[in-house]
Amino acid sequence: MIRVVDLYKSFGNQQVLKGVNMEFVTGKITTIVGTSGCGKTVLLKHLNALLLPDRGHVLVDSVDITQLRQKELYEMRGRFGVLFQGAALLDSMTIFDNVAFPLREKTKTSETQIRHKVEERLEQVGLEGMGYKYPAELSGGMKKRAGLARALVMDPEIVLFDEPTTGLDPVLATSIHQLIVRTQQTFGFTGVVVSHTIPQVFEISDYVAILANGIIEELKPTKEFQSSPNPVVQQFIRGETEGPIQVL
Amino acid sequence: MLLFLSRIGRYTLSHLAAMGRMFLFLLSALALSFRPPAKIRLILYHIKTIGVDSLSVVVLSGFFTGMVMGFQGYYSLRKFNAESWLGSATALGLLRELGPVLSAFMVTGRTGSAMAAELGTMRATEQIDALYSMAINPIKYLVSPRIIASLIAMPLLTAIFDVVGIYGAYLVGVGLLGVSSGSYFSGMESSVVFHDVYSGLIKSVSFGLIITWVCCYKGFHAPPMATGVSQATTESVVLSFVFILVWDYFLTAIML
Repeated sequence: MIRVVDLYKSFGNQQVLKGVNMEFVTGKITTIVGTSGCGKTVLLKHLNALLLPDRGHVLVDSVDITQLRQKELYEMRGRFGVLFQGAALLDSMTIFDNVAFPLREKTKTSETQIRHKVEERLEQVGLEGMGYKYPAELSGGMKKRAGLARALVMDPEIVLFDEPTTGLDPVLATSIHQLIVRTQQTFGFTGVVVSHTIPQVFEISDYVAILANGIIEELKPTKEFQSSPNPVVQQFIRGETEGPIQVL
Repeated sequence: MLLFLSRIGRYTLSHLAAMGRMFLFLLSALALSFRPPAKIRLILYHIKTIGVDSLSVVVLSGFFTGMVMGFQGYYSLRKFNAESWLGSATALGLLRELGPVLSAFMVTGRTGSAMAAELGTMRATEQIDALYSMAINPIKYLVSPRIIASLIAMPLLTAIFDVVGIYGAYLVGVGLLGVSSGSYFSGMESSVVFHDVYSGLIKSVSFGLIITWVCCYKGFHAPPMATGVSQATTESVVLSFVFILVWDYFLTAIML
């Protein structure tokens, strides 16, 4: 269980998070929606301490990760997999080496086992036989798939998805969404998705939260979220410029 | 008046904080450089990019620097009827000063700027965040191997610069200006001592550390945008040049 308690974060004079409180249910997919620039990625990066808050706590199984020492922090990060917005593949390596990278660096797995596991993950994301290519040779959708294969190769308990379908056409976006659902069912991880592509993202989410004006305005099971009378939720779903969400 | 003073205070504090961060970055990178496991393959790769890939520019600049020293040395020494000391003057100038400094400048321009740009791009495309998220220390993975590689490659490049420069001065002095070949080398042999060679190599090792430290720091902390990468690259080159010259002054004063 991940719990965010009273989280504040600012960059210079800009206060991005103003007291975020929320919980992520173990083994389920929770999606955080919100307008562009509202702080979704900032919130996501607090979950595995890529960013540290000005104030507040992030509890992973009751351990406050904002207070961990560096060694403990690295150990804790090993429980997470992250799919970054641009996939963040190391561009000096082939796709195979990218996916194999955490295994080679963090484990003593033999090369034979690494080959077997990497090929299995590449097949699961639909990239079988593409391991020899470099990231620059792949399309946006293929990069996301490769990024997902890398995120899953260490069998993480929690996977963070930062805008997994941004920049993709609707067909590719749907295929990535299906891939997230399929891999979540296969591996049973706790998924946290940051996105603003509604209503598509509702189909993959067990819970949806909306981040607006620096706080979580609503967090509910997907069906209840969609029918919520909360004006913030309704403004976002309808895409209206007038309402309680401050448009930057 | 108070506003003016507070602005000066803020400016000073922010620069002191930046210097502190830079120094901590160096300490962290050095500590991780000597902590196992050593990244042998990465170190060899960076010896290639810092050393082998800079070889042509170092050889070319060393050769022309030596030839210019041949002309200028001959012109100055002739005023004292001391042309026969051309070999000695050239060797001492190159070994003690010009070899380490100019080869460090060449490596900064050729490889240091590339380091800053590469790490800056990795920052902008979240590759550094990806390393953190995979529980891999990016300083250990990206910076430490470069530091070790530069400590190995820089003295070798400097030695090559020195040898090529001495040969360039020989071609001009002996080949064009008629200095005796025997006096060129015997003057060199009689005046150059091991301390001259050793002090130049000590300088080159410390310049290698400065280049990698400054360029990696600037790239590592580049603002995540295109202008941020270009700004980091420019700053890394300028700051490396300044640090090399300032550090050179202190080392020269200590080792003279």
